[in-house]
Amino acid sequence: MAGKTLYDKLWDSHVVRQEEDGTCLLYIDRHLVHEVTSPQAFEGLRLAGRKPWRNTTIVAVPDHNTPTNNWDRGIEDPISKQQVDTLDANIKEFGAQVYFPFKHANQGIIHVIAPENGATLPGMTVVCGDSHTATHGAFGALAHGIGTSEVEHVMATQTLVQKKSKAMQIKVNGQLGSGVTAKDMALAIIGRIGTAGGTGYCVEFAGTAVEGLSMEGRMTLCNLAIEGGARAGIVAVDEKTIAYLEGRPFAPKGTDWDKAVAYWKTLKSDADAKFDAVIEIDAAAIQPQVTWGTSPEQVTAIGGKVPNPANEADPIKRAGIERALQYMGLKADTPMSEIAIDKVFIGSCTNSRIEDLRAAAAVAKGKKVAANIKLALVVPGSGIVKRQAEAEGLDKVFTAAGFEWREPGCSMCLAMNADRLSPGERCASTSNRNFEGRQGPGGRTHLVSPAMAAAAAIAGHFVDVRQA
Amino acid sequence: MRAFTKLHGIVCPIDRANVDTDAIIPKQFLKSIKRSGFGPYLFDEWRYLDHGEPEMDCTNRPKNADFALNQPRYQGAEVLLARDNFGCGSSREHAPWAIENYGFRVIIAPSFADIFFANTYKNGLLPIVASSENVDRLFRECLATEGYALDVDLKTQTVTSPTGFSFTFDITPHRKHCLLNGLDEIGLTLQHAGEIKAFEARHKAAQPWLFA
Repeated sequence: MAGKTLYDKLWDSHVVRQEEDGTCLLYIDRHLVHEVTSPQAFEGLRLAGRKPWRNTTIVAVPDHNTPTNNWDRGIEDPISKQQVDTLDANIKEFGAQVYFPFKHANQGIIHVIAPENGATLPGMTVVCGDSHTATHGAFGALAHGIGTSEVEHVMATQTLVQKKSKAMQIKVNGQLGSGVTAKDMALAIIGRIGTAGGTGYCVEFAGTAVEGLSMEGRMTLCNLAIEGGARAGIVAVDEKTIAYLEGRPFAPKGTDWDKAVAYWKTLKSDADAKFDAVIEIDAAAIQPQVTWGTSPEQVTAIGGKVPNPANEADPIKRAGIERALQYMGLKADTPMSEIAIDKVFIGSCTNSRIEDLRAAAAVAKGKKVAANIKLALVVPGSGIVKRQAEAEGLDKVFTAAGFEWREPGCSMCLAMNADRLSPGERCASTSNRNFEGRQGPGGRTHLVSPAMAAAAAIAGHFVDVRQA
Repeated sequence: MRAFTKLHGIVCPIDRANVDTDAIIPKQFLKSIKRSGFGPYLFDEWRYLDHGEPEMDCTNRPKNADFALNQPRYQGAEVLLARDNFGCGSSREHAPWAIENYGFRVIIAPSFADIFFANTYKNGLLPIVASSENVDRLFRECLATEGYALDVDLKTQTVTSPTGFSFTFDITPHRKHCLLNGLDEIGLTLQHAGEIKAFEARHKAAQPWLFA
């Protein structure tokens, strides 16, 4: 019999019951909650007279709607305020293990605060009404996004009705070159497999280049699994995982810690495990990436050009490229390095952790944001990240260069608060989606790494950070 | 949840791949704390020429006449015909809420994004995965015939076109049962509360730190 994949191990250890058709009830260990996808779920509980099954599994924070400046004025948009107030009231009524309300010192993006507080642990099942829940797979946890009906289902029953996905292994061999990051690795993978390449799969990222990533880098990689169609991305537990977690507020302590570590060390795929699909990628061949279109798969290396639809044989893809170029206001065959930008956004659950800010600051240090840049925003992922960055003087580096240093939140990744693009504005963004209108109606998003975003801010156009 | 058994419904084609949930329902509408009222804002940025905001009255907003939802021949459509990877991106259940609230009951596409696919079932919608050839044929027939409508029968798992062309589709027995009977999944799961408690006790013994 073949050995087990990490996904098999995580799945098998959470099956409560299985129906004849393979549908399972899967036990959920950690439920992350934010203000946008939870109000209807809490309302559903209330209407049915139900209580949360185990409210100590809930970690909650408002992040999507919260402003990133002028905190003394509160939340000025009344509809946003109502949604955040509703979360406050719901947590008060139904309870949670921890809640960081708006303006709390540890508030931030849910996918940043859970790991940094040790609330995401190896071996857990983690869900959230948010597709970027895949982030937590970096810890050897089975983590994926769910809809609001499922949020209510998890609250009421501590389980999810699920069918097991197939298992894919993406092996990134060798080492990334200097100036090439986890973000570039993720975008290169999506460019290769497409935005639906991982649909129906749980993807395990492996290989020496993945082992070489920090925990922050692994979170960036797993975060983007969903942009490749996979609900969950996972990385095996190793010494880095354990070292990251030790001493965090909600990590186990004392003898529990020793027991936990012994178990966590088993959380890797067996040597003879069988995957349904295996993709191998050479890390050394990955260049810094920039998206040119309106889907994360529409990506190329910084040395590349905007594609020419005439070269695409598939009529649906060709129409997709034409539509994307029209929306993006780009001409076919333009070198990526000739594309000038209007705004820069460094932040989001993909790239707002301390390592991301360090990488961007290293590029910005002693330089000035180009004159054509209307706004260059740096939005740390959490209060903890913000304080750490300030202790290291990164905020000063950014503000001296002409960046704005803001309060934590999701911000211009999806523009539910006031941070957004105006129609036609072009942005170098460290976020995760370049969909039409994602950063504001008519806005044009190019996804890049934090270092590439900072380099673009300084140059005023995209530039190879290795030559910046 | 509303039950789904069978339907004879007009088809509206959305002829592009990778339609994401940001396009289906833009972020500004996610500020609502309700489950209903999203239908008028379905595909807001493609459907209207101005910028939509929550609670806006849409009756007199300028419409994009080229967009399928605005064309007279597709009014009253209950079947959404789409391309690959429909519903990719954000997990927002507001997307199926908007589709259902508009009046659609069935979505046919060659493939769907996983989270969106799961979300549709919770709202009485039936997502049907059809082969690319079958979807191509439906697009051709639909564009050629005004008032084009399909028969969809969940019991027999078949789609039949007015030309007599017909194909079957897959659905798990669990989902079929829930949809045919309009069952509340939470109620069903709670019938197994004893098993959940027993699992929880074993889980706690094995990994006590998860319950600390």
